[in-house]
Amino acid sequence: MQGRIHSLESFGTVDGPGVRYVVFVQGCPMRCAYCHNPDTWEMNAGELMEPSYIIEQYKRNIGFYKDGGITVTGGEPLMQVDFLIDLFTLAKQENIHTCIDSSGIAYNPNNEEWVKKLDYLMTLTDLVMLDIKHIDPEKHKELTEQPNTNILKFAEYLDKKQVPMWIRHVVVPGITDDPVYLEKLGYFIGAFKNLKALDILPYHDMGTVKYEKLGLEYKLKDVKPMEKSRVPELKKHVLDGIKKRRIELGLL
Amino acid sequence: MRPEWTDFVGGKWESEVNVRDFIQKNYTPYDGDESFLAGPTQNTTDLWAQVLDLSKKEREAGGVLDMDTKVVSTIVSHGPGYLDKSKETIVGFQTDKPFKRSMQPYGGIRMAEKACADNGYTVDPEISEFFSTHRKTHNAGCFDAYTADMRACRSSHIITGLPDAYGRGRIIGDYRRIALYGIDRLVEDKLEQKDSTGRVMTDDVIRLREEISEQIVALKQMKEMAASYGCDISKPATNVQEAIQATYFGYLSAVKEQNGAAMSLGRTSTFLDVYAQRDLKNGTFTEEQIQEFVDHFVMKLRLIKFARTPEYNNLFAGDPVWVTESLAGVGVDGRHMVTKMTFRYLNTLSNLGASPEPNLTVLWSTRLPENFKKYCAKMSILTSSIQYENDDLMRVTHADDYAIACCVSSMVVGKQMQFFGARANLAKCLLYAMNGGIDEVTKKQVGPRYRKVEGDVLDFDDIMQKYTDMMEWLAEVYVNTLNVIHYMHDKYCYERAQMALHDRDVFRYFATGVAGLSVVADSLSAIKYATVKPIRDEDGLIVDFETTGDFPKYGNDDDRVDDIARDLVKRFMTMIRRHHTYRDGFPTTSILTITSNVTYGKATGNTPDGRRKGQPFAPGANPMHGRDTHGAVASLSSVSKLPFNHAQDGISNTFTIIPGALGKEDQVFAGDIEIDLSK
Repeated sequence: MQGRIHSLESFGTVDGPGVRYVVFVQGCPMRCAYCHNPDTWEMNAGELMEPSYIIEQYKRNIGFYKDGGITVTGGEPLMQVDFLIDLFTLAKQENIHTCIDSSGIAYNPNNEEWVKKLDYLMTLTDLVMLDIKHIDPEKHKELTEQPNTNILKFAEYLDKKQVPMWIRHVVVPGITDDPVYLEKLGYFIGAFKNLKALDILPYHDMGTVKYEKLGLEYKLKDVKPMEKSRVPELKKHVLDGIKKRRIELGLL
Repeated sequence: MRPEWTDFVGGKWESEVNVRDFIQKNYTPYDGDESFLAGPTQNTTDLWAQVLDLSKKEREAGGVLDMDTKVVSTIVSHGPGYLDKSKETIVGFQTDKPFKRSMQPYGGIRMAEKACADNGYTVDPEISEFFSTHRKTHNAGCFDAYTADMRACRSSHIITGLPDAYGRGRIIGDYRRIALYGIDRLVEDKLEQKDSTGRVMTDDVIRLREEISEQIVALKQMKEMAASYGCDISKPATNVQEAIQATYFGYLSAVKEQNGAAMSLGRTSTFLDVYAQRDLKNGTFTEEQIQEFVDHFVMKLRLIKFARTPEYNNLFAGDPVWVTESLAGVGVDGRHMVTKMTFRYLNTLSNLGASPEPNLTVLWSTRLPENFKKYCAKMSILTSSIQYENDDLMRVTHADDYAIACCVSSMVVGKQMQFFGARANLAKCLLYAMNGGIDEVTKKQVGPRYRKVEGDVLDFDDIMQKYTDMMEWLAEVYVNTLNVIHYMHDKYCYERAQMALHDRDVFRYFATGVAGLSVVADSLSAIKYATVKPIRDEDGLIVDFETTGDFPKYGNDDDRVDDIARDLVKRFMTMIRRHHTYRDGFPTTSILTITSNVTYGKATGNTPDGRRKGQPFAPGANPMHGRDTHGAVASLSSVSKLPFNHAQDGISNTFTIIPGALGKEDQVFAGDIEIDLSK
């Protein structure tokens, strides 16, 4: 099945391990206030592409991706599960490391048919990077216009399926840098055995230009970028939460 | 074995001048990390502070602090100079004091005069008179022999940067020989060489005998110059400090006599490590002392300065010396050539701070040890001062004792040299092809009066045919211009110091170069895949273009246009090869205008790819700025398709990336590892 693609990036270094070929899919139901790719929101835009074309492009420069692989991000990749299955089936035939960078918003445990497909996709997936925008349901809705119920369930699902998982979390001054919530986030993810890494990302405002171009309002125009020097301290709160949970569970 | 060589593994290198054999038999590959490295000593810090202070004064003085206007620079023209004699462990300046630029009129007296005048100094009138009347220069020789064609190409900038008024550079002496053998042995060797020439006095034999005699004089003067600093280099070095010092005196001799466009150092680190290892083992020196010698050596290399004109500095975007030192690489026996000394050289970037000189160049191989790769990455991120070259590619033809001259020109040290040949402007040539040889900027007839392009839309096949014809003309006049230049340079500005540190029978590369590759590739792609209408001025000259429709652009891993670029390189190189080259030079070409792309662009009119008149070309083999839209790998992939066998003098790609795009910073992200909960 063809994918709806926003763009392709041949030299991705921040979206998973190693140098990666990054596929930006088109379409996302989330409306995160700090999103730096608002041009990937629209569901019916983008370019239709064959999975085989993407794998061909990858193979042309395979030498660069020796320790890397393919990452699908977006947009929301899991809105296009059929495409992902076809793409990763081909990738696995070529022994390519596969990674999905997702917000988890597409996950719906009640849609059996969809979950069945997801089950299969996960057998083809080496790593999921799950971006949890906010641990608190209300604040999450404020920030993204969507609930986080199924997102958190998705994390539990990945743990059950033993799919290696990185948790990503963007820290925005005054919005997602509250130590209480950071620790709560840590407490939540501390239970997962599939958790391999934690990626705390300082908020930047490099996406604002795109909003201007698209004629969209940028909600965070008064928010300053996160100072990188604060990140280790913010990360520590999350780690504290993880630690707390793991001690409770007798894992530490 | 000679006493200076005690503890070394013997071999061929004892009975013949063969530094490579010495290195291979004696060096110790190092697989560890950088933790052994020493920081700067107090003396180093003090000396460097002094240098920074002088640099500041130099900037405040408008770029030059002092110039010699009376003494013609030779190996022995100046007495010793120091920053602070009591603190320097490696000594030697080009003149009798630091920051004083020497006068080198052999390349051309007018250039020497202008370099002085532009900086507020005046060459002694007696010197001017002497070099205008009694002693001919390289520059005067060239203009005596140039044809009208050559002069026209020169002034219209279809050939630019010709080394006909300054030193050609790009020759690397094997400075290590002085350390390993001492001057006396090298003189002996040269005397034997002189005795071994043919008996029939053809031009070649006469020239060779005269050159060897010049080389012997240079060697003896090196010894004399070293003695003025209280150093005896007549015999082999006995420890690492002496070895570094001897190597540096060789290099210093070269830069005292040659104001070359690139005066590179060679491949010295692994050689010197053999001495360092022996000294560490015997307790002669500590790690800290050895690092101090290296720091002081590098400090000296950073202070190499030439008297140059603002025009020259424009062409090269600054005042580069190209003291290129080639590091690491892999040996033909499969052992990597990273030693502790390789780390020490890179460590100077920490001890003295980042710097473009010396141009530390890592000969990169996938087989370099992991610890070294990590250290390189770290130092690149910290200092942006390291250049990388593909050893896996070059080792195939050059084995394991080659070095880089300037930015990409590779040659086997002491066995090969290069005749440096500037660049032909391929973009301008395309415009000549359309306009029947008339220059689009000056409107003068420069090229041959071939038929102009007719009609309202450019036709790819028609353009290619005309372009091929025009390139044939350009290749011929270009190679012949270089023949004149190198004949005259050998005659009037011979590099006796560098050539004294070469074998008798030297392999000579005849280097040419091209500029504007990506401009032409995209232009031809536009003509082929879009619709390009020429716009003519009142004289019927095509001066602009109107392009409708999209076309594939070089830099996106798209074979449709990448094949055009690949074909262009092969086509032009084939044309170059058709011509006679001076001293049977082996023709090569390069795609490497790292800085002069700006100047070339300035002199070139509008091009069909949409580039406007005067806009810079992309540097080297780079895609045009902003046209590579598929990310770095696709961009690199396009460049990597260019055929090295048709561009053996090198292909350069300037790659700029913000550190954040190269990966996460350590403090923010630990990567795919167990989460550390101990903190």
